[in-house]
Amino acid sequence: MTTAMKAKAAPRTGVDWFLLLIKSVMFFFIATGVLLFIFQQIDPGNPIASRLNDDATGLTADQFEGLVIAGLSQGAMYGLIALGYSMVYGVLGFINFAHGEVFMVGAMTGMITSNKLHEAGAWESNFVPSLLFIVLLSIVVSTLTAVVMERVAYRPLRGSPRLIPLITSIGVSFFIQNVSVVLLGPGAKSYPALPDWLSKKRDIWFISIEGTRLLVVLVAAVSMVGLWYLVERTKTGKAMRAVAEDKEIASLMGINVNRIIVTTFAVGGAMAGVAGILWGIMFRSVIHTTGFLPGIKAFSAAVVGGIGNLNGAMAGGLSLGSAEAIAPLVILEPWGVSGVSQLRDAVAFSVLILVLLVKPTGLFGERLSSEDRG
Amino acid sequence: MTDTTVLAPARGVLDQDWRKIVNYGLLLALAEVFIALANMPVGLDDFILIEPILSLGYVSLLWLPLLLGYSIGTEKVLEGVTSHAKGAREVVAGACVGLIGGGGVSGLVLLLDNFDLRDPLVNWSPQLLALLAFDNGVGYGVGVWLAIGGGLGLLGGSMHLIAPLARRVVSTMVLAVVGVAVLETILSDIAEDLFLEWLADWIYFIRGGVSLHGAATVAVVAGAYAVWGSKAVKGAKASYQALEGVERKQANKVSIAVVVAATILLPLVLGKITNELLANVGLFLLLALGLNIVIGLAGILDLGYVAFFAVGGYTTAILTSPNRGDSWPTWIPQVWWVVALMLVIVLAGLTGLFIGAPVIRMRGDYLAIVTLGFGEIIRLLFLSDWLGGFTGGAQGVTNVPGVQVFGLANVRGTDPRAVFYLVAFFCAIAIYVSWRLEKSRIGRAWMAVREDESVAEAMGINTVNVKLLAFVVGAVLASFSGAIFAAKVGSVFPTSFIILVSIVILIVVIVGGMGNIAGVVAGSVVLIGVLGGPKQPGLLQEFSEFKLLIYGALLVWMMLKRPEGLIPNVRRTRELHQDEFLQDAWLKGQIDEGDETGDGGEVAPA
Amino acid sequence: MSGERLLTINNLSVTFGGLHALRELDFHVDEGEIVSVIGPNGAGKTTFFNMISGMVTPTSGEIIFENQSLIGLDPNQVTARGIARTFQNVRLFANMTILENVMVAQHCRTKQGLWGALFQTSSFKREEEEIREWGEKVLGFFGTRLVGYRLDQPASVLSYANRRRLEIARAMATKPTILLLDEPVAGMNPKESEELTRLIGELRSEWGFTIVMIEHDMGVVRDVSDRVVVLDHGETIAQGSYEEVSTNPDVIEAYLGRPAEEAS
Ligand SMILES: Nc1ncnc2c1ncn2[C@@H]1O[C@H](COP(=O)(O)OP(=O)(O)OP(=O)(O)O)[C@@H](O)[C@H]1O
Ligand SMILES: [Mg+2]
Repeated sequence: MTTAMKAKAAPRTGVDWFLLLIKSVMFFFIATGVLLFIFQQIDPGNPIASRLNDDATGLTADQFEGLVIAGLSQGAMYGLIALGYSMVYGVLGFINFAHGEVFMVGAMTGMITSNKLHEAGAWESNFVPSLLFIVLLSIVVSTLTAVVMERVAYRPLRGSPRLIPLITSIGVSFFIQNVSVVLLGPGAKSYPALPDWLSKKRDIWFISIEGTRLLVVLVAAVSMVGLWYLVERTKTGKAMRAVAEDKEIASLMGINVNRIIVTTFAVGGAMAGVAGILWGIMFRSVIHTTGFLPGIKAFSAAVVGGIGNLNGAMAGGLSLGSAEAIAPLVILEPWGVSGVSQLRDAVAFSVLILVLLVKPTGLFGERLSSEDRG
Repeated sequence: MTDTTVLAPARGVLDQDWRKIVNYGLLLALAEVFIALANMPVGLDDFILIEPILSLGYVSLLWLPLLLGYSIGTEKVLEGVTSHAKGAREVVAGACVGLIGGGGVSGLVLLLDNFDLRDPLVNWSPQLLALLAFDNGVGYGVGVWLAIGGGLGLLGGSMHLIAPLARRVVSTMVLAVVGVAVLETILSDIAEDLFLEWLADWIYFIRGGVSLHGAATVAVVAGAYAVWGSKAVKGAKASYQALEGVERKQANKVSIAVVVAATILLPLVLGKITNELLANVGLFLLLALGLNIVIGLAGILDLGYVAFFAVGGYTTAILTSPNRGDSWPTWIPQVWWVVALMLVIVLAGLTGLFIGAPVIRMRGDYLAIVTLGFGEIIRLLFLSDWLGGFTGGAQGVTNVPGVQVFGLANVRGTDPRAVFYLVAFFCAIAIYVSWRLEKSRIGRAWMAVREDESVAEAMGINTVNVKLLAFVVGAVLASFSGAIFAAKVGSVFPTSFIILVSIVILIVVIVGGMGNIAGVVAGSVVLIGVLGGPKQPGLLQEFSEFKLLIYGALLVWMMLKRPEGLIPNVRRTRELHQDEFLQDAWLKGQIDEGDETGDGGEVAPA
Repeated sequence: MSGERLLTINNLSVTFGGLHALRELDFHVDEGEIVSVIGPNGAGKTTFFNMISGMVTPTSGEIIFENQSLIGLDPNQVTARGIARTFQNVRLFANMTILENVMVAQHCRTKQGLWGALFQTSSFKREEEEIREWGEKVLGFFGTRLVGYRLDQPASVLSYANRRRLEIARAMATKPTILLLDEPVAGMNPKESEELTRLIGELRSEWGFTIVMIEHDMGVVRDVSDRVVVLDHGETIAQGSYEEVSTNPDVIEAYLGRPAEEAS
């Protein structure tokens, strides 16, 4: 804006210079990668494209479309989980590290019930009702998990220094994972096969998309609308926003803060439960660590979108999902990095770091009470 | 404390808080069923505590009713508040809780008998049923569990009735017998080297739990200690605390000398397995000491701490092993461990700066997640094909030679005792560094940053530099551990550096006591030594199945009930129990209320 | 009685979102002055301090201290230049001892690092000794209240008035040229504030600090200040001696125009 603002923004200390350097290098790396990729697309044989990577081939339109769709559907799932992080952070100001585990519990519930239904034959004969049933059950169990978690582990810690509940939630996460190990065994477990009509690829307008991915995107969209309605149009939602703004004043206004906090956890848990089922039908395999990486990535998505901001959470999820699907091939591969698919997770974390370096309040802005912004 | 408390007469037996009883009871039932389905009774059944009557498997189900039966009767006693005398009411409450809990197990027995839920629940097995029914039919099992639950609850509740001394005697006896039984391997190992084999033979039943007469002996000794010995110990402690100035210093010197001597002598009388255990404890202690500087002193929650461990391990391995990746230019020599260590220090410090700089201005919770991300990124890079030529990818770097001590010896994993001495040496360095820094200008700045970062900044502390320094010091200490780890194991793989390691170290620091060296030592010994590290077995190998579960539960429990850790740092305790502390200080007259008279009108310290 | 110009502020503005907390403010302090800043609640006084001490960045304008601009410096750099402050809502390091509170404040005046601490060099020991002595000296300024057995007690056990005193001691410990005191007597009883008023005078006469003070207590303002600056809605509405200001119609209106707020 003015000179004074600029003066503050200019790097002064060694750390500032270093950060500027990192940002520049990253920018250079990304920009060059994209440029090289474009050269590859134009002609894989041209000398600039093959300079760093001889086997550069570029991507066909179909491949690219596949990547985008995979990224978006994965991202929609991150978005659903991210809503839980974002809501809890908005209301209580701490990262519920164990939220990923709620998602895992949802996926496990779905696995158990769908296998039972499969044994009984209902999975094949009455697929849609069965699916609805496992979604419902998973929502119930996940919601319960989230609510119990709040009651047992977080409520007693309200008002303590902000790192304390975070550390506790790490313990909760660890505990839930290992409960799953000792009760259900350590191995990966699979969902029963899906009916053909759902899993087959179909052409809609000009894109072709697997039915399951389409389902994921649709369900995410419906959940988003439902959540938007809850937060923006209902009394509970109003109360939630009030509590997020200032707990004390909200309680003076006659809002039952405890109830609102429980509701927040419940809604976040329900979303995670839905995401758990979507994970199950998309990858058809769950294990006790299923919740860990997606959880952290979903948190990253929430931060990328601006924590506390619900639309931001979904948008952050979609961006992160696409970035992690596309970036390895579009940015890393042209640089001649081999085995890029192994670096997917590293890309996701890099996105988080970059966003926090460049725009710590996220792409769409935070919505937090001032005390939590500190 | 209790002398100011007004003791009201005991309440009537039926004057109960029934809701609380039902809550406790259901909690107990749930916990018991969970423990049973988690396979603890069956999995630990072979671990005999007292031959032939008690296995750890049964104990896993028995301790809870006792504990909850006792704790239902305890009240939070605030000073100056009326509390009631204990009586039959507490006993009945305990029995009720136990009964409900026992009912839970009985219910499980019935379910086990009638349904087959083996599909999702892997431990839903006939063995479990047989164990819970005492091989004696379902009806018998149901009855016995109800009786056991009620009985143990009753016993727990009646602990309120006996005199405090008696309570102490009983609990010391029980703990001693369990402790001696659990520590069998290590104790009989020591006994052998001290020519006390006869004692071990008397106490232990041919290496399978304590014998009945052994248990009795231990109980008697422990009881005697509780009556006479503990007083003497307390007296000694009090007189130590009363020492001042030079004498205190002298006493400190003596105790340090004793600890050092024990560290040097103990491994000599221990066998290979136990020394291996100690070496692992040392490795984790070194990591925990480093993390303690970062989180305990400077208040930075670093969840990617394992990255520095990895940097230490990989740098050492690459520089010392003939088997490093093929992409390295040939002119890079293969050097001695000590030489590699110099480079490790530099690289770890640089990594600390590199990771620290971007995160240091972030707010604490973001910092935690981002450091976790960095930790993962580093591991993924080590694992990737891309850098595989340098790091060996999933195959890692093997054939790491040991530590050449000036041609005198070659310390490596095959000789755990030597490894332990090496680790102990570095732990000593880490302890010295933590101790000196805490009481210096830098340590004070760390504390100020931990308390209130923006005020610290306004008081002239360059918080960025100070926090970075903490990061770097922590990184270097962790890299020492990595360097020793590489030499000890003889190879490094990406799987040795997973996030789990960061989290286990965090748990060690927190359970031990953040910001307190003694606490961190205690935490490492108790957790890593007894339960084991992320991959390293502990003393209780039978527990490896449940170790992580216990870690998680322990972390949550500690944060809720005792956030200051086992051996608390006075300062941190105040921070975490601000309200109670202030109330206490107020009651003791330590808080000055206004001071009309110019010179303070202070109340002398209690 | 005032010496050279120490601090000059020209045309300083700050906005939070749409709120103009300070508007084109001009201000100056000369060496050895005691200047009071008064004004109704929300006038922007604390924001003014935050800006000088670098905790808030102004939207425009300049701050010149000893002929150098302070704009863009971090708070710790400002403190190192010689401007120390206290906080309106006392912000001590509550779990550090009283002595440590004043020791840590000397951070920017000392320089021993890792090396000295690890090898206990003689210069390290000497510096520690000096830090301690200076710390005890500034604490001694308030009589016996903060010394003796108190030295090793945590700051959180202090009474409210003593916390305020410790805050002042902590700011003094940074060896500043200018002390910024944000409502130093708030919450003190008349006797205590009378004593503190005297001590503020001593801060100038015996310790040589130049003082800028925010205060609502007009008695204190009258007794110690050479000059009074009145802020309202982020603007200077009057300046001058206490008598001039207290009879200024604008000032009276600013205060009386909002009687409900004047109470606090
Ligand atoms: N960080 C901030 N963000 C947004 N608004 C702020 C911030 N700090 C101060 N304000 C606003 O600026 C205005 C001036 O506040 P300031 O604290 O400076 O008043 P003051 O004169 O110190 O009042 P008091 O006498 O009550 O201490 C207030 O309206 C306040 O709400
Ligand atoms: Mg103010």
